[in-house]
Amino acid sequence: MSLWEYANPVKFMALSGRVLPWAWAIAALTLGTGLIWGFFFTGDADKFGSSVKVIYVHVPSALMAINAWFMMLVTSLIWLVRRHHVSALAAKAAAPVGVTMTLIALITGALWGQPTWGTWWAWDPRLTSFLILFLFYLGYMALWSALEDTDAAADLTSWLCIVGSVFAVLSRYAAKFWSQGMHQGTTLPVATGGRTISDIYFYPLVLAMVGFAALFVALVLLRTRSEINQRRTAALIARKRGAA
Amino acid sequence: MKALLLRDLRLAVRAGGGFGLALAFFLIVTMLVPFAVGSDSQTLARIAPGTLWLGALLACLLSLERLFALDYEDGSLDILATAPIPLEGAVIAKAAAHWLTTGLPLTLAAPVLGVLLHLPGPGYGVLMLGLALGTPALSMIGAFGAALTVGLKRGGLLLSLIVLPLYVPTLIFGADAASRAAMGQGASTPLLLLGAVTLGCLALLPFAAAAALRVNLR
Repeated sequence: MSLWEYANPVKFMALSGRVLPWAWAIAALTLGTGLIWGFFFTGDADKFGSSVKVIYVHVPSALMAINAWFMMLVTSLIWLVRRHHVSALAAKAAAPVGVTMTLIALITGALWGQPTWGTWWAWDPRLTSFLILFLFYLGYMALWSALEDTDAAADLTSWLCIVGSVFAVLSRYAAKFWSQGMHQGTTLPVATGGRTISDIYFYPLVLAMVGFAALFVALVLLRTRSEINQRRTAALIARKRGAA
Repeated sequence: MKALLLRDLRLAVRAGGGFGLALAFFLIVTMLVPFAVGSDSQTLARIAPGTLWLGALLACLLSLERLFALDYEDGSLDILATAPIPLEGAVIAKAAAHWLTTGLPLTLAAPVLGVLLHLPGPGYGVLMLGLALGTPALSMIGAFGAALTVGLKRGGLLLSLIVLPLYVPTLIFGADAASRAAMGQGASTPLLLLGAVTLGCLALLPFAAAAALRVNLR
């Protein structure tokens, strides 16, 4: 029994079919609770006013935007090393979800920036890095859709993802070098374990983060399953044509 | 490798090779900027370093599409792939040829265009040094992008979409070095970082580009 068993599409379909309802349920439950709790049962923050409530969407979506790219990097590496088709299809399936998360983070950031910073957009390193990440996602998805041969597309997009990851990190630090930030630092530093956010906001925020993660898992599983089904259909059609 | 480099250089310089197009494009972009922002010499002096870098970067992008495409179409790329030199070496030779026909002329032309944009005196040396350090990275990143899209019929637009975000670190450090120097500050930090980006690109990207080419030749 190893993890690689699920590289077999049949096993993956069986497992993902069983996991999917749970992922949806967890997403609905935590996201629903977290957002309702956050929006209606937490007070306005000093200096922020009601705008603080953007945090329940902004932070989790930004988190998932980066993690989605990271997941694509890992699955791309697995595809290049072990040639498991499910892995390549999962990377393909994650990109549109990741780009949506990036867009949500950017838009909610703008909505939050307007009342607090007095501007929709600032050329702050974090904002700039996210815009660059958004462009990376677009390029990655465009390359997938431009190539017809699926194996070649999986290979080429995997290479783009690897090189893009290096440059994304590089751009992040280059942007830090280039301009001073306006965006606040992280409120939940994982490395030190401390946090600079009051418990009132922290618990619904954690729920919303779990909810976004579960939503991401559910969407990616769903999309991967439909990619697999699409390939199976294409294979069946090809076989039928060959027989006739 | 040397033979390949010389062959690519000869092909580029000959009629229809596209040599000089990048330079002309660079000149046109530089000329359009004052029309767009006004001819006030102070404004121009302030934006000159960034504008020149942006112009050079876009000019570099122009000729990327044909880096591998012509050889891919007529089959020479297949011969290169089976040649005694590794494909990584061929990629480096082709990127070097691209740099010698675009990056180097752009670097040499930049000071002349700097005069048009009233670039302040101390900026010239660092601008040229920065372009000389940074344009090899542009050629190498471009070679990777060209290798990814070589099999596509209309890969040009996709190539720009893929390559331009990858140009961000080079542009940031290069333009920052030039504008620091133009304002009379020390520019060694961004120049060193720019050099680091270029060296990293030269060391690692040939492998990625060659891998992409192998996929496309499969």
